[in-house]
Amino acid sequence: MENLIDIKGVTHAYKTDSGPLPVLDGLDVSVPEGTFAAVVGPSGCGKSTLTRLVAGLMKPDEGEVWLHGERVKGPRKTVGMAFQNPVLLEWRTILQNVILPLEIVAPSMSQKDRETRAHELLDMVGLTGFDDKRPSELSGGMRQRASLCRSIVHKPEVLIMDEPFGALDAFTREDLWQTMRDLRKAEPFTCVLITHDLRESVFLGDQVIVLSGRPARTQYVMPIELPEDRTLDILYTPAVADMLHVLRDQIKIAQGRAPEVH
Amino acid sequence: MLRQIGIPLASIIVFLALWELLVWANGWPNFKMASPSDLPPAFIRYWDLFLSMGWQTLWRTVAGLALAVVVGTAIGMIIGFSRIARDALYPLLVGFNAIPKATLVPVISLIFIGQHDFNTVLMAFMISFFPIAVSVGIGLSTLEPEYRDILRSLGASRFTIFRKIALPKTLPEFFGALKVSVTLAFIGTNLVEIVSPHGRGLGALFKSGETNGDYPLMFAVLIALAFLGIVLYYAVVYLEKVFAGWAERPQS
Repeated sequence: MENLIDIKGVTHAYKTDSGPLPVLDGLDVSVPEGTFAAVVGPSGCGKSTLTRLVAGLMKPDEGEVWLHGERVKGPRKTVGMAFQNPVLLEWRTILQNVILPLEIVAPSMSQKDRETRAHELLDMVGLTGFDDKRPSELSGGMRQRASLCRSIVHKPEVLIMDEPFGALDAFTREDLWQTMRDLRKAEPFTCVLITHDLRESVFLGDQVIVLSGRPARTQYVMPIELPEDRTLDILYTPAVADMLHVLRDQIKIAQGRAPEVH
Repeated sequence: MLRQIGIPLASIIVFLALWELLVWANGWPNFKMASPSDLPPAFIRYWDLFLSMGWQTLWRTVAGLALAVVVGTAIGMIIGFSRIARDALYPLLVGFNAIPKATLVPVISLIFIGQHDFNTVLMAFMISFFPIAVSVGIGLSTLEPEYRDILRSLGASRFTIFRKIALPKTLPEFFGALKVSVTLAFIGTNLVEIVSPHGRGLGALFKSGETNGDYPLMFAVLIALAFLGIVLYYAVVYLEKVFAGWAERPQS
């Protein structure tokens, strides 16, 4: 399978008043088309920088980012983004919020077609009938669902998510994992998920990429060979428990601490 | 509906009653302080003047405000989008705003001799643009980067991002500032109207009341000004409801 995302030897440093702050150091990441890559790593290791690089919002000091065989030089219409903060526009209804990217990437699309497409997604994530509600009238989990719809409404090749479920309570988060799994079956995007939650990375990912501490490089890649139709029960199987152990140890190493002895 | 109109109306009536009582209890003659009961005769006697002068004051205040909205928003956009412009313009703006505007009346009346309308509008503008510029500037500069990124990652232009996100997002701050500016603009208009010889508008009517020792007329002018202020303020409140009503949280 062809790689949709190829990050080759990317090194980047931020300029600060006290000199350059290196955040990425020769990072390599490959994500085959249609698959789901979960990226985990210690706090502040440069994971968010990675999302901005893939989205073309910034350029790396060194190295290359390739998307679908083309080198990324700037923002492109084939990318969707979701953040921890749902960033819904309060002056728009839920439906209008979901439609927003279409107004940018498909200006000639009719309003009716836009709404049909938005409805399709809202139905899929369980927000049927919430069209005309304002974001402030929805719960945190529902807002994040609407935000997910907005990030894929224009059928992007790549969906980049930066801790989208980080601010939700544990049960709502598990609901959204299942929603995400269902969306993947219906929509063709390739996904990069930044997360701090190892269970989330295993449940959703086809591979889990562990980044080292800052400056980050690829420390460990774990292929997740679980059936596509995963249920939450799978998280309580011995196989997954073993994976979580290995990942936990890798995070410890990334944090510069000794792994625990099992 | 009863609460929205009844309560403010009742408070105004109580205020007038206390005022009347204060004057009556102290036995003040109306050249020391006029009482509310002195006002209706003054209004009736000078009704034509109140209408024409009130109109003069109103249109010049609104013109000054409109200018303040245009220029204030433009300055706000400049300091909101550019750090360099912000660093360069803030001290100048704050310094200019700190100058008591009364001291500028002789200056502008010497530069634009006899241009009474223009001078009045200019003063109303100068005194009222500052809150608008600062609030729009702060609203734009504090826009969370994620808001920009959702459109920027799709390749949207700066102008599109401004029109679809930054502009609507700063509307609540803008209207908050506009409410302050409304009353400030009235101060600016009246400053020029009172100080200029042969001025027009309610300020000039106030001045003529003072010259003739007609205290009820002076107080009647103050009430008329308060009335115009209230009308314009609620006009802004109405516009805010129409354009930024989404910012109002449902009351629990």
